[in-house]
Amino acid sequence: MSQNRVAITGMGIISSIGNTIEENLHALLNSKKGVAPIVNINTRHKNKIKVGEVLQTNAELAKSLNLDKNNNYSRTALLGCIAAQQAVKHANIKDIEALKTGLISSTSVGGMDLTEKHFQNYNSESRRLINSHHAADSTEKIAALLGITDFTSTISTACSSAANAIILGARLIKSGQLDRVIVGGTDGLAKFTINGFKTLMILSDTDCTPFDANRKGLNLGEAAAYLVLESDAVVKQDNKTVLGYLAGYGNANDAFHQTASSENGEGAFLAMSKALKIAELNPIDINYINAHGTATPNNDLSEGKAIKRIYGDSVPDFSSTKAFTGHTLAAAGAIEAVYSILALQNDVMFPNLNFKTAIPELSMVPITEVTKKPLNYVLSNSFGFGGNCSTLIFSKGL
Amino acid sequence: MKPCYINSAVSISAQDTLKDSIFLEHILSFEGKLARAIHPNYKLFISPIASRRMATGVKMGVAAAKKALELAKLETPDAIITGTGIGCIEDSEKFLNAILDNDEQYLTPTSFIQSTHNTVGAQIALTLKCKGYNVTYVQGAASFESAILDAQLMLHENEANTILVGGTDELGKFLINDIILAEEAEEHPILTPFGEGAHFFTLSSLKQNNSFCVLKGLKIFNKATTETIQTKVEAFLKENHLIPEDIDAIILGKNGDAFDILYQSLQDSIFKYTPQLHYKHLCGEFFTASAFGFWTATIIIKQQYIPDVLKLNSIDKSGYKNVLLYNQLKGQQHSFTLLSSC
Repeated sequence: MSQNRVAITGMGIISSIGNTIEENLHALLNSKKGVAPIVNINTRHKNKIKVGEVLQTNAELAKSLNLDKNNNYSRTALLGCIAAQQAVKHANIKDIEALKTGLISSTSVGGMDLTEKHFQNYNSESRRLINSHHAADSTEKIAALLGITDFTSTISTACSSAANAIILGARLIKSGQLDRVIVGGTDGLAKFTINGFKTLMILSDTDCTPFDANRKGLNLGEAAAYLVLESDAVVKQDNKTVLGYLAGYGNANDAFHQTASSENGEGAFLAMSKALKIAELNPIDINYINAHGTATPNNDLSEGKAIKRIYGDSVPDFSSTKAFTGHTLAAAGAIEAVYSILALQNDVMFPNLNFKTAIPELSMVPITEVTKKPLNYVLSNSFGFGGNCSTLIFSKGL
Repeated sequence: MKPCYINSAVSISAQDTLKDSIFLEHILSFEGKLARAIHPNYKLFISPIASRRMATGVKMGVAAAKKALELAKLETPDAIITGTGIGCIEDSEKFLNAILDNDEQYLTPTSFIQSTHNTVGAQIALTLKCKGYNVTYVQGAASFESAILDAQLMLHENEANTILVGGTDELGKFLINDIILAEEAEEHPILTPFGEGAHFFTLSSLKQNNSFCVLKGLKIFNKATTETIQTKVEAFLKENHLIPEDIDAIILGKNGDAFDILYQSLQDSIFKYTPQLHYKHLCGEFFTASAFGFWTATIIIKQQYIPDVLKLNSIDKSGYKNVLLYNQLKGQQHSFTLLSSC
């Protein structure tokens, strides 16, 4: 085990299954899904899709952050601020700049929900809202809220974004560049993404069914989650409670197609292999896989094949939690990092909801009930458009 | 951090920087508020079939990346790291227009597929069949620097030996007009035009025959004021075992807005007797404009010559060993970059 370990000392989350860590865990343990018909966005696809939506309106979220009514916070920024604030509080950080502290956030949609409101129609509102379009805006707002003035960055690699933010954070800690870093991702639902995935014909009109032979596509979701990563030295010095460790990580490109995954899951296979190597683990050491499992025909088959390339017929227990939250795009890697840590802390695996029949080519059957089992290592996958594949491996906080 | 050697530098910008064999000799001026890029013959870099689907930024990015690899005689890098501030705004606008014009009906996926921020990095990987590490940074005016910082860390930690790094931004057709209107309503607006471009570089951990410059240090920070900026730059130089007098030229991201006082405070103090340069009047302001500054720094070090059009004062040095860049946008997304001869 490497000397410079990366400890997770705080987590924050807001998703369609809860506004806090406790609420998310409660929903996961009671198979309470957040996927439902859409409420906050007026789209003509209302009756044809189901989404994992955070039910508070922007005004309600803004109020909980004590923002002025005339704020220019996108939904992405609002969700991000709430989750990041929770994470810092959870890590019991009093003076954030007492240590070399950075922030690495991620988003795919950025402030598109605001741009949709004034695009093609420059008006008095535009001037206030226009600078919230670009992807770094939500990060700047989180940095301002947390009081971070040092290293701040944002990643956008589609649906693997937050996993890559976690990876960069870990590397900056391991190399001694930072003592502490808040990492994660945020994406609010917008007409832009709903219509985008709709045109790709990968949205399901029912609750999504990851790894099922008859899966019809994904449910979109919105969420934000952040983790506080701290170096071993900080943990010792401040006598911090360690929730878990980031033991390994891998990033590779499928280099196959802009949106589709390769048939043999090359990128996914490479990402998982690299992560195992960095963690200095054998595949058999992994006790549970939180799969990407979006429930699109393409992803689940490709990811399944990649897992089988590593494990053959002895695939470890696995499940996708996308049927709980929907696919939360850039945030997904952070959401599922939180769920992986919760799994390790509670020695429990969360169910892959809605599963009935195994994919014939794979014969892989996920965990379908809440299942207790001692867990030492959990592997989490996140793959995105552009062939971006990332894998994280978490270990128990001892 | 270990030094990172730079083996090629390519610029596609509003100046004819890809073709111009003499360093910023034939300067183009702009009418109006936009500084659109001078485009090469893309057929030389991209197949017509692939090119047809690509928006301006993707074409610029892929072409600049390929040229950078060609100059460095590198077939496939170990990693591809890119930065973009506004992302694929052309395709985003196309898709957004279609949603709004047709009330979410009759949409086709192409522009959505190509609208994600990582499209340039992905298309380069796809073209090269490069399965290595691949990340896209979107940190506004520090997007390119974030990509460079990641590359520096990878080389330092022996996670890669050769890396392709770049920054790309395109102007688009719609949102930019609103951005300009909003900017003009400011008390001290940006005075340079708004630009676009693609800048790519190949970096290696070992010195090669074609290495001509070395990245010594890089710092990204989110906030600074005229009171703190001087201390910050001195601390940065100290980390790199230098004092202000060691800097042979400072390249500033001045754009004429109210936040130029941050640059001015350094010009009037510790870098008063240092050659001071600017560049955004040549390439325009855009989120990865600082990559144009980075490109000029590498060429200055390579050619040991500063074109007059870059100069803010009349101080000359006998040689240009250490060049410092400072950039920020609206008082945020600050970066110091230190390049040296090798």
